[in-house]
Amino acid sequence: MTIAAVQSKPAPAILPGSGGMRGAFSDLFWRRPQLLLLLMLLPPVLWLGIVYIGSLFALLLQSFFSIDEFSGLINREFTLKTYGDLFQAANLDIILRTVTMAALVTLAAAVVAFPIAYYAARYARGRWKALFYLGVMLPLWSSYLVKIYAWKLILAKEGILTWLLAKLNLLWLLDGWLSLPIVGGNSLSVSFTGTFIVFVYVWLPFMILPVQAALERVPGNLVEASSDLGASPGQTFRNVLFPLALPGIVAGSIFTFSLTLGDYIIPQIIGTSRLFIGQAVYSQQGTAGNIPLAAAFTVVPIVIMGFYLWGAKRMGAFDAL
Amino acid sequence: MTSAVSFKQVSRHFGSVRAVDAVDLEIAPGEFFAMLGPSGSGKTTCLRLIAGFEQPTAGSISIFGERAEGVPPYRRNVNTVFQDYALFPHLNVLDNVAYGLMVKGVGKAERLKAAEEALSLVRLPGYGARRPGQLSGGQRQRVALARALVNQPKVLLLDEPLGALDLKLRENMQEELKSLQKVLGITFVFVTHDQGEALSMADRVAVFNDGRIMQIGTPEDIYQRPKTRFVADFVGSSNVLPPDFVQRYSGQHRWGSLRPESIRVSSAASGDGVAARLVGTNYLGATTRLALDADGLRLHAMVPAGTALPAEGEAVMLTFNRESLHLMDEPA
Amino acid sequence: MRSDRGQSAPLRLKIAAACGLLFLHLPILLIFVYAFTTEEKSFVWPPPGLTTQWFAVTWNRPDVWEALSLSIRVAAISTAIALVLGTLCAAAVSQTRFFGRETISLLVILPIALPGIITGIALRSAFALADIPFSFWTIVLGHATFCVVVVYNNAVARFRRTSGSMIEASMDLGADGFQTFRHVVLPNIATALLAGGMLAFALSFDEVIVTTFTAGQQQTVPIWMLEELIRPRQRPVTNVVAMVVVLVTLLPILLAYYLTRDGDQIAGSGK
Repeated sequence: MTIAAVQSKPAPAILPGSGGMRGAFSDLFWRRPQLLLLLMLLPPVLWLGIVYIGSLFALLLQSFFSIDEFSGLINREFTLKTYGDLFQAANLDIILRTVTMAALVTLAAAVVAFPIAYYAARYARGRWKALFYLGVMLPLWSSYLVKIYAWKLILAKEGILTWLLAKLNLLWLLDGWLSLPIVGGNSLSVSFTGTFIVFVYVWLPFMILPVQAALERVPGNLVEASSDLGASPGQTFRNVLFPLALPGIVAGSIFTFSLTLGDYIIPQIIGTSRLFIGQAVYSQQGTAGNIPLAAAFTVVPIVIMGFYLWGAKRMGAFDAL
Repeated sequence: MTSAVSFKQVSRHFGSVRAVDAVDLEIAPGEFFAMLGPSGSGKTTCLRLIAGFEQPTAGSISIFGERAEGVPPYRRNVNTVFQDYALFPHLNVLDNVAYGLMVKGVGKAERLKAAEEALSLVRLPGYGARRPGQLSGGQRQRVALARALVNQPKVLLLDEPLGALDLKLRENMQEELKSLQKVLGITFVFVTHDQGEALSMADRVAVFNDGRIMQIGTPEDIYQRPKTRFVADFVGSSNVLPPDFVQRYSGQHRWGSLRPESIRVSSAASGDGVAARLVGTNYLGATTRLALDADGLRLHAMVPAGTALPAEGEAVMLTFNRESLHLMDEPA
Repeated sequence: MRSDRGQSAPLRLKIAAACGLLFLHLPILLIFVYAFTTEEKSFVWPPPGLTTQWFAVTWNRPDVWEALSLSIRVAAISTAIALVLGTLCAAAVSQTRFFGRETISLLVILPIALPGIITGIALRSAFALADIPFSFWTIVLGHATFCVVVVYNNAVARFRRTSGSMIEASMDLGADGFQTFRHVVLPNIATALLAGGMLAFALSFDEVIVTTFTAGQQQTVPIWMLEELIRPRQRPVTNVVAMVVVLVTLLPILLAYYLTRDGDQIAGSGK
């Protein structure tokens, strides 16, 4: 049948409905798009709302319960006693230690991430760009535990790092560092230095990606303009690049900071016996069976991150995510 | 005879915005109808009301005598050529064209044959295996046209179909669309903001402004006999003359319009005419556009290229035939 | 940092970037070497000898197989749930404007934005309050919750690139809502969903922090590894499992990258 020929055939302007369930539902959803929207939103909102938000409230609720010191049972009466326990000197120590570590890790991650992000954003093109992207994505998505395990192999006393330093006749440097108070220890794998290195390693991709995203938006000629105007490389970095990369760094630091605050596995496997917040939460809810105190402990990173996010938002970091 | 499309007091309000406001409209079967207006004038909303993407807030719409309110787009025997063509990127050209037949359950062999014919109709035979991404803008537009025509719609809607094409291609497509419409006899409803396009292609034109139709008529009607200042100004930028000025030449205290090409310009300093001063010339190729100042009234005249012109700033005399001064309906 | 007119980077920057990338990749490569070492008791470097015998030993360990089977089942079910929930949410958020859209996005991202330990202990205390015993489904409940975000991110990015007039065009050509979904929406978002599903699978397969709170006595592969890290039994077996885990998680990531590389990026920050 040709198109011109068919014009003579009378066809209705309004076609009948296709009938059946499908047609009826299709017409209904077309007429009431809000109904369709509601049906689409209901399952995810119910799931996240009940499973997740519900659990968070359960957790918050628990933090206002207390534990009976003699029986070890949880007393389901509303009290602020648990929060009082939270502010004991030993616990404040844990919080301070964790926050300090998180800050140092964030700083180091930013320093290591910047050259990679800058190179990828400004110089890498085509195939190299894809390679850089994968080069950051693959470690990001590689197994978290395997990455920690790899560092256990590297930092062990008999491991590759000691071997390498011995070959380079630099063993005295390692021994000197390990004999220092606080950062030192028997070997790197049982020192804060080891914990710090592994934290930086594991969270590094989370810093690179947003910094790169922020630098992608810096026009290349801005850097050239700055050096044309006689700025030294240092001045160009301080006055042009750094301010423009800052939202990206802040965005990345949300991840590095938050992830360090909540982690309990890295310091447990590579580190000293002194606890971090995550470990305290884990041991309070596990061996100590003190779920209220564990719950109160988790409120600390939530509050810290709340302030952090509020500050980051004011610096415009969310645009770089 | 029933109208192809009939609007009775149709309104479409978005909150407090009256995109379409109490529009009455009758489009005859087989007509090439243009809806002309600036952006935001309601012409595209009218098109979407016919297609079924929008529902009227008030009023009634019929298509070939059948009520269309509450009828979803997929049950209207009306097809649209979208401004961005909206080809499906995951299908090749042939499957794009055959899509409408496919969802209606037409067998594979039959629908591909019909699609191939539709492609020939828009002069793209043999392009079926390509992906939309491999086509030029003009070719994509033809595919979009074929995809709509293969369904043999009762009404074909075209939303600024030539907007994205360059000038040469646009002129070709204008002619092609017009001859295609003659051959097929389908009612075409065409939305554009380009008055030249509307005037050259359409049998009748509706001029839109602020959600209302200012005037409906043949291109000649619209061009020569605008009813309102807006139409006179928007369609071919006519000179709009205030009632006091018009009264001197016609005796009636009404708004008037005078086409730029109806004005003759001479360098005589005196005589029967309107004394004015030449304030600017604008060379347009075949014609030259003159900006004139007649005692504070800004006028434009269009003279054939090559006409001897006085220098800018000089006094000139303007003359025109009384018949070419058109009196408008708009109250003074 | 000297800024040359050309596109070649200063040497110092090149070296710093290269060192950074090596820092990211060398530790993972090391795993591959240790999987072949003959040393049983320590992590000594260089390996005293190379062998493939530990692959056979690992193959015959039922506890490894059980953990692997549990991990795969959990990841598969969680991915399926996340695909449905994430797609629905992405479609609703990107196809229509409604009051509270921002809240919905926040709700989806929250399980991944808060430290895993909070999600974990929150779920655990909820299970405790509601007297729900640990089971396969308690693990799935947690995993599906944080997997939704990766599917959602991928789907939202694709919806944003899909022209809205395509859906109108489909309806205009006579397809009803279901046909439009089947013939236009689904084919256009399919690769994004596949990529999101791969990432969700990888995320679930690798998850340990939340899982320790929701698994009870059950062992997924990461939990098995964690046990081995804390109380090592047979180090070479751990080495082999570590290598297999790296390979199992890398494949879906690479596939996801190739599925989405023209246009949207795999939503890495979703992890």
